[in-house]
Amino acid sequence: MDDMYRENILDHYKNPRNFGKLEPADISYEDDNPLCGDRIRIDIRLDENARVKEVAFSGKGCAISQASASMLTEEILGKSLDEVKQIDKKHILEMLGIELGPTRLKCALLALKVLKAGAYGIKDADN
Amino acid sequence: MSRHSDHDFAKVRADFPVLTREVKPGVPLVYLDSAATSQKPTAVIEAMNNYYRLSNANIHRGVHTLAEEATALYEGARARIAQFINAPSHREIIYTRNTTEAINLVAYSWGRATINAGDVIVITEMEHHSNIVPWHMLVAEKGARLAVIPVTDDGELDLADFDEILRQSPKIVCVTHMSNVLGTITPIPEIVAKSHAAGALVLVDGAQSVPHLSVDVQALGADFLAFSAHKMCGPTGVGVLWGREDLLESMPPFLGGGDMIKRVTLTDFRVNELPHKFEAGTPAIAEAIGLGAAVDYLSSIGMGAVSQHEREIIGYALERLEEVPGVKVYGPRAERKGGVAAFTLDGVHPHDVAQILDSRGIAVRAGHHCAMPLHDRFGLAATARASFYLYNTQSEVDRLIEGLYEVKKVFA
Repeated sequence: MDDMYRENILDHYKNPRNFGKLEPADISYEDDNPLCGDRIRIDIRLDENARVKEVAFSGKGCAISQASASMLTEEILGKSLDEVKQIDKKHILEMLGIELGPTRLKCALLALKVLKAGAYGIKDADN
Repeated sequence: MSRHSDHDFAKVRADFPVLTREVKPGVPLVYLDSAATSQKPTAVIEAMNNYYRLSNANIHRGVHTLAEEATALYEGARARIAQFINAPSHREIIYTRNTTEAINLVAYSWGRATINAGDVIVITEMEHHSNIVPWHMLVAEKGARLAVIPVTDDGELDLADFDEILRQSPKIVCVTHMSNVLGTITPIPEIVAKSHAAGALVLVDGAQSVPHLSVDVQALGADFLAFSAHKMCGPTGVGVLWGREDLLESMPPFLGGGDMIKRVTLTDFRVNELPHKFEAGTPAIAEAIGLGAAVDYLSSIGMGAVSQHEREIIGYALERLEEVPGVKVYGPRAERKGGVAAFTLDGVHPHDVAQILDSRGIAVRAGHHCAMPLHDRFGLAATARASFYLYNTQSEVDRLIEGLYEVKKVFA
């Protein structure tokens, strides 16, 4: 069995957590990985202290990008925006618990890229 | 099962050193990505190696022994490439970096001299990005317009409205000879006859056809043909633009620099004759020599035999792929295509398919294969693609199928 497809990855791929859309949301951002066409959108609602109250992701893609997005939504619930901005590549790789080559790394980091662009208030490229 | 041709092609594998390697200990390589780039036979590697070891010098300008040897090797390769595609003259063989540069050469030189506002350029929905984007750029610059030949559900060119398109008096029709995704072999002679009757030139993207089919530019009747060495057992870094001599003569130069000139003054220059007119600067000499060796190698086997072998493999591959529940293959039936099978597997992203196959030593491609409009046509973001060449065997197809069952098990 390929190490990359561990049970937790496949579980998040087949049963994604927080899957869907939040409308309206305080933060919405969407982006894709032009290499493989994977697309992820993340919607966030904040509480009065600017902490993540609700989060949802939608999109389609490979097991790595989808599992990474699913895990990330669990990870950021209750965190402040400043804490969300601190999340980095190392964090994502620890969360996934697998080793990735440079191509698949882009899949793994797509959700983080979307999340950070949203958190920093970058305007959605498509809007 | 074992036909005469199978026996010969079993020996072909020994010509390709990389095919003996293991991807990891105990896992031999099954290379099914030749549509991206082919493997290289010893004859090609040695030809380039020998050039560097024995004859390395710059071409055309030196009078010393090495310079003359290098020039003879470089120009000798050109002559054999001309023969390989039955070009009437070696002056019609322009070395480029690859197919992409060959098409760009036409778009920049012929296109910018010819295309005006409102002119129509025809492409098809199954083109590789390299036969779309140069035309987008030209159209945007000139205020011209693209017309597109669509693709049928079966993955063939839909020529039902072609006459209608030709009534718009397009200047050029740019069409692939073989789809790099669907494997579809397009009816070039028919397209050429109609286009010429309507006064349009025809540029053929031969990146996938020249390596796999017997291609005769005089029989095709087209005006330009572009192809790359690296997909036909040759090295990366060199490709070819073949063009009709009268057209090439009439076109302005593309890149300016050394070798493409007859005479330069501080106020002017005179363009060199064909083919040098389009070959500014020191070219990829070793690579051109490598392409010459690749052409010799393929000719020694015979392109008819290569196509026949691939037809048997793709026929078998399609048969076996259809046995796997959840697999959908795109494109026409085996007898109407080359050795390419783009497919999807229900519930599994093509990248995951390719990743798990890789863990079993099987190299396939996953993605849009530089043909996003074609994937859009079929409502797909990506496909997995297995592509075959003269060194592939039926038992490698069996390994692919076993691998796909393994993928299904992981994602069950």
